[in-house]
Amino acid sequence: MRGTFVVLKRELGAYFGTPVAYVFLIIFLVLSGYLTWNLGQFYELGQADLRPFFAIHPLLYLALIPALSMRLWAEERRSGTIESLLTLPITMGGAVLGKFLAAWIFIGVALLLTTTNWFSVLYLGEPDNGVILAGYLGSFLMAGAYLAIGSLVSSFTKNQVIAFVVSLVVCLLFYLAGQPGVMDFAKGVLPDVAVEWVRSLSLYTHFQAIARGVLDLRDLVFFLSLIGLLLFANAVVIDQTKAR
Amino acid sequence: MIEIQHLSKRFGNLQAVDDLNLTVLPGEVLGFLGPNGAGKSTTMKMVTGFLQPDAGRILVMGHDLAKDPIAAKACMGYLPEGAPLYPDMTPTSLLRFVAAARNIPSAQRASAIDRAIGLLELEAVRDQRIETLSKGFKRRVGLAQAILHDPDVLILDEPTDGLDPNQKEQVRDLIRSMAKGKVIILSTHILEEVEAVCSRAAILSEGRLRFNGLPSELRERSRFAGSVEVRFEGDLPTEAFDVLSSLANVALVEALAAEEGGQGWRVFPANGQPILFEVTDHVRSHRWKVRDMHVDRGRLDDVFREITRPGETANQAQQKA
Repeated sequence: MRGTFVVLKRELGAYFGTPVAYVFLIIFLVLSGYLTWNLGQFYELGQADLRPFFAIHPLLYLALIPALSMRLWAEERRSGTIESLLTLPITMGGAVLGKFLAAWIFIGVALLLTTTNWFSVLYLGEPDNGVILAGYLGSFLMAGAYLAIGSLVSSFTKNQVIAFVVSLVVCLLFYLAGQPGVMDFAKGVLPDVAVEWVRSLSLYTHFQAIARGVLDLRDLVFFLSLIGLLLFANAVVIDQTKAR
Repeated sequence: MIEIQHLSKRFGNLQAVDDLNLTVLPGEVLGFLGPNGAGKSTTMKMVTGFLQPDAGRILVMGHDLAKDPIAAKACMGYLPEGAPLYPDMTPTSLLRFVAAARNIPSAQRASAIDRAIGLLELEAVRDQRIETLSKGFKRRVGLAQAILHDPDVLILDEPTDGLDPNQKEQVRDLIRSMAKGKVIILSTHILEEVEAVCSRAAILSEGRLRFNGLPSELRERSRFAGSVEVRFEGDLPTEAFDVLSSLANVALVEALAAEEGGQGWRVFPANGQPILFEVTDHVRSHRWKVRDMHVDRGRLDDVFREITRPGETANQAQQKA
């Protein structure tokens, strides 16, 4: 789709044409490095793998991805450029997908820059490269899901602060859904079917499954269909509320 | 050609556009007039495909906007109200983006961009970030992206708003120069602008079309159209009122209001007959000391008020103000 590509290109240009990209990348790299090597007890574990690195990704994304996604639509609405954008001969789906993909590719670039960690463990020992690759794939998919949530939330409002806070809360809920403590609590109050529902919606559970190195088609389908559903909702929301 | 048929749009309790019918032909420049909130922008947003109408149909160069929005949008250029632009792009990068989105073949993109930049005189700022530009330049960048693909249809929402008089004239010149063979719809608050650039005027009020005709017809609707204003040097000659009132083709003589400068009479013709000649005759034969005398062409703001606030005379409106 031409529209998707054109919007994607403009968005990527907007990231790298402003300090946004560089601030984000630096903070992402510093935080991920610090959390992995210091708080993640990398040395204490004495194992040449990237488990401590991937373990912090859900929380890292929780803080950083809403900061990236908050502007996606809220900024267009605030400045009125949404009107210029949506009167170009491109489809709504193309615009939504283009913006999303640009942000996702940007996260991909950030992830790519963390592969220095991989080289470090390769130097230190003999890690299972398959597991690490799966970890990257899982992390990238999870980032996509967080982004799609953020993009949808951003389409509701003109206010980027509101978009940030609400996205953070929603992402937190999706993250918490599969945590052992939360699941124990859910088991106490919800029927078994509902508990399974909550567990299956958890980004954390699916990410853990992939990051363990078990590439199950179901996890892949989960992430991609969740992203698809959220982006579809995103397009509907903009279509319904753009007049305001 | 643009055909608007039975177009309606409601926002909550507000009927923004109410059963609007309008056709604009190639070569026409239609000026949209109306008070704030009359539905001008809403109509333009529906014509450009940004908003979906509640009811009605819009055909743009034969493409039904509801059925084939991409084809309809492809033949339009649009300047939204306030000319919103991406602040961290430069005019060149913005035009490159629009050129790609409008599917201008890549071999022609550079020349299309140069042409638009040349027409709007943006050479000096073409690589400067848009947020650093003045209001006038921003508006011109907005116009440049609207005309970039040399569209058959141009929709311009307040193209001269916020520009200085020179820039306004520049934009009007541009619109006039592009008018040939194109359908142009522009909205404005400046009544004189409609006379200056438009071949047709449409007045909206409360979402309804109240007037659709030549700008000159609009002026002729004024009660002042064809009246002769006579101003005197020093004191008013006492017999002048009676003499002027008694003329065959004169319907009414009124004293000029204080805010018009006073010191004279306004002579209204009966049945729209030209009366300047007769009045001049008497001025000469009575040797009145006349300082100034002219035929009033009619007042647009007066007509505008009458059309958009029916039932309220000019006097009441003045008292209110």
